[in-house]
Amino acid sequence: MNTKQSSDNASAIDQIWKSFASVKLTIGLLLTLAATSIVGTLIPQNEAPGAYLQSFGETLYRVFSLLGLFDMYHSWWFRALILLLVVNIIVCSIDRLQATWKIIFARNPRFNIARYRQLKNKTEFNQDGAAAHLKELYLPVISRRFRFHRTEDNDNGFAIYAEKGRLTRLGVYVVHLSVVILLIGGLIGSIFGFEGYVNLGPGDSAHTIQLRPDNQILPLGFEVRCDDFIVEFYDSGAPKEFRSSLSILKQGKVVAQKDIIVNDPLHFEGISFFQASYGQLSPTEMILNFTSQATGMIYSQTAAIGQPVVIPEDLGTFTLKKFTRQANFKGHNIGEAFVGELTPPNGQPIEVTLPLKFPSFDKMRKGQIIVAIADFVPRYYTGLQVSRDPGVWVVYTGFILMIIGIYITFFMSHQQLCVEVTTEGPKSQVMVAGTSNKNKMGMQKRVAQLAHRLENLPPP
Amino acid sequence: MNSSLILSIITFVYGLAGFLYIFAWIFKKPAAAKIASWVAIVGLMGNTAGIILRWVESYRMGIGHAPFSNLYESLVFFAWTIALIYLVVERKAGNRTIGAFTMPIAFLAMAYASLKTGISSDIQPLIPALKSNWLIAHVITCFIGYAAFATSFGIGAMYLMRQGREAEAVTWLDIAKPLTLFIFVLLFSRVLLAGNWAMAIIIALPLCVLFYIGVLLVRRMPADVKNRLLGVFPEAAILDELGYQVTLFGFLFLSIGIISGAVWANSAWGRYWGWDPKETWSLITWFIYATLLHARLMRGWRGRRIAYLSLVGFAAVLFTYFGVNLLPGLHSYGAFSQ
Repeated sequence: MNTKQSSDNASAIDQIWKSFASVKLTIGLLLTLAATSIVGTLIPQNEAPGAYLQSFGETLYRVFSLLGLFDMYHSWWFRALILLLVVNIIVCSIDRLQATWKIIFARNPRFNIARYRQLKNKTEFNQDGAAAHLKELYLPVISRRFRFHRTEDNDNGFAIYAEKGRLTRLGVYVVHLSVVILLIGGLIGSIFGFEGYVNLGPGDSAHTIQLRPDNQILPLGFEVRCDDFIVEFYDSGAPKEFRSSLSILKQGKVVAQKDIIVNDPLHFEGISFFQASYGQLSPTEMILNFTSQATGMIYSQTAAIGQPVVIPEDLGTFTLKKFTRQANFKGHNIGEAFVGELTPPNGQPIEVTLPLKFPSFDKMRKGQIIVAIADFVPRYYTGLQVSRDPGVWVVYTGFILMIIGIYITFFMSHQQLCVEVTTEGPKSQVMVAGTSNKNKMGMQKRVAQLAHRLENLPPP
Repeated sequence: MNSSLILSIITFVYGLAGFLYIFAWIFKKPAAAKIASWVAIVGLMGNTAGIILRWVESYRMGIGHAPFSNLYESLVFFAWTIALIYLVVERKAGNRTIGAFTMPIAFLAMAYASLKTGISSDIQPLIPALKSNWLIAHVITCFIGYAAFATSFGIGAMYLMRQGREAEAVTWLDIAKPLTLFIFVLLFSRVLLAGNWAMAIIIALPLCVLFYIGVLLVRRMPADVKNRLLGVFPEAAILDELGYQVTLFGFLFLSIGIISGAVWANSAWGRYWGWDPKETWSLITWFIYATLLHARLMRGWRGRRIAYLSLVGFAAVLFTYFGVNLLPGLHSYGAFSQ
C-alpha cells in the first residue's frame, strides 16, 4: 500500500517534471509572451487613472485595470509567465544535460567505425603507398585541424579518429543560464534598487529625491547640488547639449564633483545621476516694452518680479507678479507666461498675462498701454534621473554569457572525423567520413575539402 | 557630387539589379543574372561610398557623426546590409534566383527613403541622447540582424512558392491565410504609406487582390512553365537550410543589438530595460525567432512551417522598425518628422 502510494507520488512528480521538460511548453510560452507583450505597447503604460478613464470609459477601464493592463509587464500573470519560462528552461536544461553529460565529458571518446562507413557523404579514393607511409603523411594534416586524434592499427591498415568542439555542446546551456542570470539581475534590481528623480535650479541642492511611480520621498544620505546648468540649442532649435555641474556634499563638504551630460552620468556610492530633462524657471530680470496708445511711444524698462515699475506719461505702475509654466486664457492653455499687475493712476489694478509664445498678446486687452516682454535671459532647471541598481552587473554578466552562448550554440559544432586506410598490395583504399552535431552541410563541405587535400598531398 | 545624389543613383542601380535578377529568373537568361550580380556589386560599392561621403560631409558641416542617426540614414544602411548579406549568400549558395527575392527589398528600402515625404535626407546635428559611442555599435548590429531576417524572409517566400502548394486543403487555413495577409498589409500600408486608416484600406485591398490574382495565375499555369520557373530555385532542402543559417546569423545580431541598446539605455537613462514600445517589439521579434529555433532544433520542424515563422518574424522586424513610430515612447529618433 505504502510503496504503491510512494510510487504514485514519484510518478506524479515525474509527470510534473516531464511536462516542464517539454519543448512544446517552451514554444507555447514564447509565443504567449510575444502575443501578450503587444498589448502593453498599444496601451500606454503607467499613466494617470483619469487619462485611462477618459479614453476607455468606465467599463473597459475596470476590466483592463483588473487584468493589470495599465502596468502589464509587472502584473501577476505576466510575471507568472516569465516564472514558468524560467522553470521550463531550468528543467529542460537539467533533463537534457543528464542525457548528454557522458558524451560531453568522456575522457576517452568512443568511435564506432561502422557508423562512419554508413555515412552517406563519405569520400573514397585509392592512393599509392602502404599504410605506414600514408599514416605519416596524413597525421600532421589531421592534427592541425582537430584538437583530439587517435590512431588505431588493424590487420591491413589503420584508422585515424579525430574530433573537436566537444564542449560546444554546452553552448545552449550557457544561453539558458544567461537568461536565468539576467532575470536574477532584474530581480535584484527591483528589490534592492530604486528609480526616482529630482529637479534642481542652478544653486539649488537636495537631500531627498522622489521615487517613481508613486512620488514617495527618499533620503539620499548626502546632498546633491546643482552648481550650474546650461542648455544649448542648434540654429534649428533642436537641443544640442544639456550640461549640469553637480556637486555631492557630505556634512557641508564637497566630496565629489562632475559635469554631467546625457550619456555621461555621475556615480556616487552606488547611486547614479543622469541628465534626463530640463525646464524653464522664472527669469530674475527682463526688459519690458510699454507702448502708449495715446502717443505711440515705446518705453523700454528693466523689471524684476515683485518690483513696481513706473510707466512714463503718468500711465501708472506695473508689477510683475509671477512666472507660470501653464497659463490659462479663457480655458485654453497658452503655455509659459508672466502674470503682472497694471495699476492705472486712478483706478483698480488689472491682471495682465504675458505669454512667451505670443508677444503681442496684450494688444487684445485694448488698454491705454500695451505691455510686452522685449527680452529676458532664460533660466532653466535640470531634471535628474536618480537610480540605484545593484543588479546591473549581474545583468551585464548575463548579457555577455548570452552573446558567447549564442555564438557557440549556432556557429560552432562538435565535429568528428574518421579516416580509414586499407592496404591491398602497393595501393591503399582511403575512406574519409565525418559528421557534426550542427551545420551538417558545412561539415560535408569540410570533409570533402579535407579528402581532396589528403588525396593530393605531395609525397614527403 | 554629394552623398544624397550618389544615394539617389544607387536606388536606381539596386532597382536595375533587382529587375535583372527577376528578368533572368522568369526568362531563364543566366547571362542577365550574371550582369545582375555585377550591377548589385556596383550598387553595394556606390552605397558604401555614399555612406562614407555622408559621414565626411557631416564633419565638414561641423556636426560630425556616424550616418546612423535618423530614418533616412537607417534605411540607406538597411539597404546596404541587405545587398551585402545577399551577395554573400549568392556566393555561398551558388544560385542567383534568390536575388529576385532579396534585391528588390534593398531597392524598396532606398526608394522609400528617397521618395516618402516626411523622411528628410538632410544631415542633421545629433540630439544629446544620440551622442554616444553606443550609437554605431547599436545601429550596426540591429541592422545586420534586420537585413539577415529580410534575406531569410525572401528565402522563406521562395520556399513557399516551391513547396507551399502541396498542402492538404484545410478550410480554416484557407480563410485565415488571406485574412492574416490583409491585416498585415493593412497595418504596413498604414505605417509606411498612408496617414489614416481609410487610406490604408484603399491601398491594402488592391495589393491583396493583386497578390491573390498572382497566386491564382501561378496555380493555373501550365506545368511546364511552372517547372521552368520553380526548377531554377535551389532545392527545397537547400532553401530550408540556407534560410535557417541566415536566420541564425540574424538572431545572433538581433541579440547583440538588443543588448547593446540595453547597455546604452542604462548609461543614458539609468535603466537597461524600460518596456518602451521599441524595446518591447524587439523582444517580441526575439521571442518569435527563438520559437523558430526551438521548433526546428528540438521539435524537428522543417520547411513550410519554418518558412511561415520567418514571414511572421520579418513582419515583427518591420513593425519594430517602422510601426513603433505610431506608438508612444522614447525611441523617436528613427521616426518620421511630424
